[in-house]
Amino acid sequence: MTERSSSEVFDVAVIGAGVVGCAVFREFSLAGARTIILERDADFLNGASKGNSGLLHTGFDAEPGTLEAKCVSDGYRAYCDIRERLNLPLRKTGAFVIAWTSDQAAKLPAIADKARLNGAEASTVSAAEIRAAVPALGESVNAGVWVPGESVIDPWSAPLAYLLQGMANGGEALREAEVVEGRLCGAIWSLKSSAGRIIKASVVINCAGNYGDLVEAIARPSPFQIRPRKGQFVVFDKSAATLARPILLPVPSERTKGVVVSQTAFGNLIVGPTAEDQDERRLATVEDGALAGLVAEGRRILPALARHAVTAVYAGLRPATQFKDYQIEALRHERWISVGGIRSTGLTGSLGIARHVRALYEERFGKLTPPRSIAWTPVPNLAEDRPRAYQQNNRSEIVCHCELVTAAEIEGAFADPVPVATLGGLRRRTRCMMGRCQGFYCTRRIAEIAAGRIRELPRAAAVSRKGA
Amino acid sequence: MRSVVIIGAGPAGLTAARVLRDNGIRDVLVLDRAAVAGGLPRHCGHPGFGLFDFRRIWTGPAYAQRLIAAARGVEIMAGATVTRIKPKGRIEIAAKAGLETIEARAILIATGIRETPRSARLVSGARPWGVTTTGAFQDMVYAGAMRPFSRAVIVGTELVSFSAILTARHAGIQVGAMIEEGDRIVARRPLDLASRSLLGVPILTRTRLLRINGLDRVESVEIERDGARSTLACDGVIFTGKFKPEAALIEASPIAVDERTGGPAIDSAWRCSDPHCFAAGNVLRPVEHSGWVAGEGKSAAHAILKALNGALEDKDAATTLSVEGALSYAYPQRLLWDRGEVTIFSRAAQACKGVLRLTAGGETLAMRRVSALPERRLSLTVPSERLRGKRDAVIRLD
Repeated sequence: MTERSSSEVFDVAVIGAGVVGCAVFREFSLAGARTIILERDADFLNGASKGNSGLLHTGFDAEPGTLEAKCVSDGYRAYCDIRERLNLPLRKTGAFVIAWTSDQAAKLPAIADKARLNGAEASTVSAAEIRAAVPALGESVNAGVWVPGESVIDPWSAPLAYLLQGMANGGEALREAEVVEGRLCGAIWSLKSSAGRIIKASVVINCAGNYGDLVEAIARPSPFQIRPRKGQFVVFDKSAATLARPILLPVPSERTKGVVVSQTAFGNLIVGPTAEDQDERRLATVEDGALAGLVAEGRRILPALARHAVTAVYAGLRPATQFKDYQIEALRHERWISVGGIRSTGLTGSLGIARHVRALYEERFGKLTPPRSIAWTPVPNLAEDRPRAYQQNNRSEIVCHCELVTAAEIEGAFADPVPVATLGGLRRRTRCMMGRCQGFYCTRRIAEIAAGRIRELPRAAAVSRKGA
Repeated sequence: MRSVVIIGAGPAGLTAARVLRDNGIRDVLVLDRAAVAGGLPRHCGHPGFGLFDFRRIWTGPAYAQRLIAAARGVEIMAGATVTRIKPKGRIEIAAKAGLETIEARAILIATGIRETPRSARLVSGARPWGVTTTGAFQDMVYAGAMRPFSRAVIVGTELVSFSAILTARHAGIQVGAMIEEGDRIVARRPLDLASRSLLGVPILTRTRLLRINGLDRVESVEIERDGARSTLACDGVIFTGKFKPEAALIEASPIAVDERTGGPAIDSAWRCSDPHCFAAGNVLRPVEHSGWVAGEGKSAAHAILKALNGALEDKDAATTLSVEGALSYAYPQRLLWDRGEVTIFSRAAQACKGVLRLTAGGETLAMRRVSALPERRLSLTVPSERLRGKRDAVIRLD
């Protein structure tokens, strides 16, 4: 372990508690480093990580030889290795890359070759084979590539599990702690947080996502500029999920991977994302035109979607930069590691990125000594294909009927080491209000259980009970 | 095995339970997923319930109490979520003790409705707290004694939208405006005049909600009226109406769903495509008032009694109904030949005047002139004798 100058000095301070920050935090905590993670928001996982597509990628379509290709491939394997011990789901649905035109079909052999270069199993398939697997597919399918390893996971429970495991192994997590200033004195960083607390650390790791370049400026003029890329999604009712078990991908264009149709771990079907550059780093609005476009695209791919209702819509911001590859760099003199531009594969790549960052750290700042034993922190399961709380003997009251969320699960989100603080956080942590009624039946009951612990939600006794 | 299990303890389910009990069925079980029986009227604390079935006017919660009291003696299990309807009268429930399967000779599905929330309407903007539906809003105000916001914009002008105005008034919430895309309000006049003059709520027709603004809480909405855009400050947006049958259980079962109603397809004896299952109430279609729904529960109970005696009309001696023209839906979807008169209920998609006509193979079986409004039920009655032998018929409005 690195020399600890005093008990208040952390070995590592991770800035930003999105999926990448949480995975890095876990990696260093498990490796025996005294680690702290700082999040500017009231809740963890409240930036780019809250609005992705929930897929675990094989990395078949990454540019071979890039850092992204390596991290995604390592991250995929790492997730499969640890997920049982953290009680995280994995639905190995496989994916079809679908060519609708002969021009697109001409690109398929290259896609399959690239997949093999990336170490991912892939094979070209005929239209008939695709139709046999997805009978609901629209007209004019030309041919495709089958990638059996592509999978669906729970995009929020995974990073939460990383965060909790990091904490269970000695890591510290702070919220509402935006780093507003930092100074390197000798070999110690002093980071000033918005809450006023000064955090001292030997090495700082910038995992600030959509704020990555602003945080980078604490150490140096940022070599990358964040240009948030918005992705909007439409979530269809669970009744639509049977239309396509495998993930359906288009043949990618230069700029984007295009619109994906996929099941979710929770049993819905999503269509998205869009890819829209914007300046705004925090707010990702949904836009009726884009949403209608996604609905239309979904119906083109799966015409029977016309018979299924939209359950939810959402939008996320991916931290894109002027570069295609991840921007990861360890600066020896600055005692700083930049982890920037994780633009769209962060959920899968995070565990691989964490390993890569640890290797960089050990190379530059010295070997870490992992403890003899590691604590594991299984998280509550929310995925449909694994046992849920409502199915258990002696379950508590079911509060959210669409997603079958129990009162105990909601209480649990307030009771664990990172109690939930925002309504969005509560929704992602428990799935409450995420179903087809979007709170029609359960808002009041959830507000009662939250009882003042979530700022936005109303409290009782503001209105006379006359008439009730 | 039970004789009858009823899914849903609202006006339809509780009324059916009462009628079954009155006719000597002693082992009826009513299941409701909510912690308390009574159904949606519980959410609605202002008067307007009971006139049709009890000849009195109560608030929603008082009416729900009456329905429960009237079904005394029937076993009602609240907090019991049905997770699956399986063939042959079996249903899986998530009871306190875990998943279990119940068997019944007949199942009545009376799961009601919900409103269409903001997401399914594909409304632009941010997604802050303060955007809700009438049902959730009323539940917060009346059952939760909460005031979720202080100044609201109400989207929609159905009957329920005016109910939202009354609820806002009760909670001391100002209504900045009520907005409607169409040329006139959807609910029957003179509710608009009453709201304007008595409640002081501006009703903006030909007005579209463009977007919702606000990071954590709603701060304003942008609207467009006759091409002119403006911003209304508010901290709440209530999406009202556009009801949908709460038919998720049916969609996940082999029971046939009518895409037009969004509910189960039934025959004129309230029977679904699975003959063990019957359906009544607002799960059949959006949307009727509680008294009408209770009447359906009663009628379905009588059909179930007949089925328990093995005397229900042959399900295969029936005409399949399809819908054309300006109608948005019609039911029952299968018209039995052996059941006396058959009344078909339908609704028009938009306000219009025209002829409602039932035809089979070019022959007109019934017709009448109607003046249709989206919230007005259109009925057409035909002696079942005229249907005999005809496999298909069409109802249309021109």
